[in-house]
Amino acid sequence: MKARVLSNRGIASSVYEMTFEWKGKKPHPGQFLMIDCQGKTFLKRPFSVNDFEEEKMTILYQVRGEGTKNLSQMKEGDILEITGPHGNGFEILEGKRVLIVGGGVGIAPLLYLAKKVKAQKLYIALGFKRETFLVEKFEGLGEVVVTTEEGSTGRKGLVTSVVEEMIGEVDIVYGCGPKPMLKALQEISMKANVLCQISLEEKMACGIGACLGCACKVREDKGFSYKRVCRDGPVFWAEEVLF
Amino acid sequence: MNLSVEIGKIKLKNPVITASGTFGFGREYSEYIDLNKLGAIVVKGLTVKPREGNPPPRLFETASGILNSIGLQNPGVDAFIERELPFLKSFDVPVIVNIAGETVEEFVYMAEKLDIEGIEGIEINVSCPNVKKGGMAFGVNPDDIFDITRKVRKATSKTVIVKLTPNVTDIKVCAKAAEKGGADAISLINTVAGMAVDIDKRRPVFENVIGGLSGPAIKPIALKMVYEVVTVVSIPVIGMGGIMNYKDALEFLIVGARAIAVGTCNFVNPYCTVEIIDGIKKYMEENEIEDINEIIGSIKI
Repeated sequence: MKARVLSNRGIASSVYEMTFEWKGKKPHPGQFLMIDCQGKTFLKRPFSVNDFEEEKMTILYQVRGEGTKNLSQMKEGDILEITGPHGNGFEILEGKRVLIVGGGVGIAPLLYLAKKVKAQKLYIALGFKRETFLVEKFEGLGEVVVTTEEGSTGRKGLVTSVVEEMIGEVDIVYGCGPKPMLKALQEISMKANVLCQISLEEKMACGIGACLGCACKVREDKGFSYKRVCRDGPVFWAEEVLF
Repeated sequence: MNLSVEIGKIKLKNPVITASGTFGFGREYSEYIDLNKLGAIVVKGLTVKPREGNPPPRLFETASGILNSIGLQNPGVDAFIERELPFLKSFDVPVIVNIAGETVEEFVYMAEKLDIEGIEGIEINVSCPNVKKGGMAFGVNPDDIFDITRKVRKATSKTVIVKLTPNVTDIKVCAKAAEKGGADAISLINTVAGMAVDIDKRRPVFENVIGGLSGPAIKPIALKMVYEVVTVVSIPVIGMGGIMNYKDALEFLIVGARAIAVGTCNFVNPYCTVEIIDGIKKYMEENEIEDINEIIGSIKI
């Protein structure tokens, strides 16, 4: 479907926030959209829903290639071609003590999740390399801790160190970020026997589960199988994922 | 206006088919289009036992195309019959099952197993570049094509289609081997073998090293091969390779394909098959063509 761009602005170096009109299905936190990068790429590209309210959809993205570079140059009034929302999204368990963990641009799907999670107590740990972004939007939704690798803002170190400290105080962890971070979340949560859902990223073609391109290795009773990140995910229970 | 065509014993409402491996078992696309509108559905390639497929990454976008290394991930022939076929049978559309054996015996075994109600055709996959056994290894050898076709022909009452690989010196020889083996039709082309390299790691992108290239990048190659094949066989040809719109589809029909299959375009636009059917209709209206068969093979050289 067609969607009209309402705003598109850089919020950190090479990180952009784009809002467009949305008359399609209401998304569930953790779902994603396939967006046509205006002819610059052959396939559409997946972007998770960063925020949604009253027919306004927001995505957060980092410029990585030709497609995202082109998206970053779009202006108010430009028209996007989009399908979705796709995928399963996070499973929301009401009334729990929740820890949301994001790394870098991986915080994208977590804002909408934080708004919809209906937690008894909500902790939000956001990790960045150096430059922080979008933190102000999380404030007020829960207790926010920020980490940077060199300590330029917030705590020094990796966001996973916060998780290690807090794991005993929560019932469920939701995470999205780089693979090493997700792997650490898996280890920490399994060791502490705490529920954990992680949102994965993989190169996709169709985004609807037909091409089997975005395979994720998951544990089975006998060995393993490949699930589709786009259709069976992008959110998986951390314990089933084989990194 | 007549859009219907015949491939062996199969009557298609129109010449637009979905290409194997790009349409799953129809479920995902049924959320976007009315499957009843399609000429036929060719399902994901099946193997005797379930196959996990290749480790990721499995996709790499290229200039106007995709390299894939899926590796025939599928639930196996039994699970298909049990879990997927009932769903497909609920539609009024011919189902063609793509089979990918590792041995001649496996092809025969699957053909026999699939000789059941609800299936109209068998497509012999001797052209997948992403598996170590079977696939393209058979498809580059005309003797193997002949042998497998002949044995599958004996094993089934269904329409038998042989899907050829473009990765050969002379596709005409392969097409003739399929015809001689008793095929009712030939489909071509499967993906063009290709490769991509990660320059930071200095390793191939795919663990399998090579992958299969599809999409508009290969359309001229596909069209030329369809043209070559229709001149040497008398059985119908299903043309495919990079078809993105009705104009591409018409090129294949004009060259002589009896039907066409849409593959990679389904990934880009899940509505594309129906849009192509509508586009062909519109073209026929505008050019006052009553019967699609007037277009097929109408190229003037």
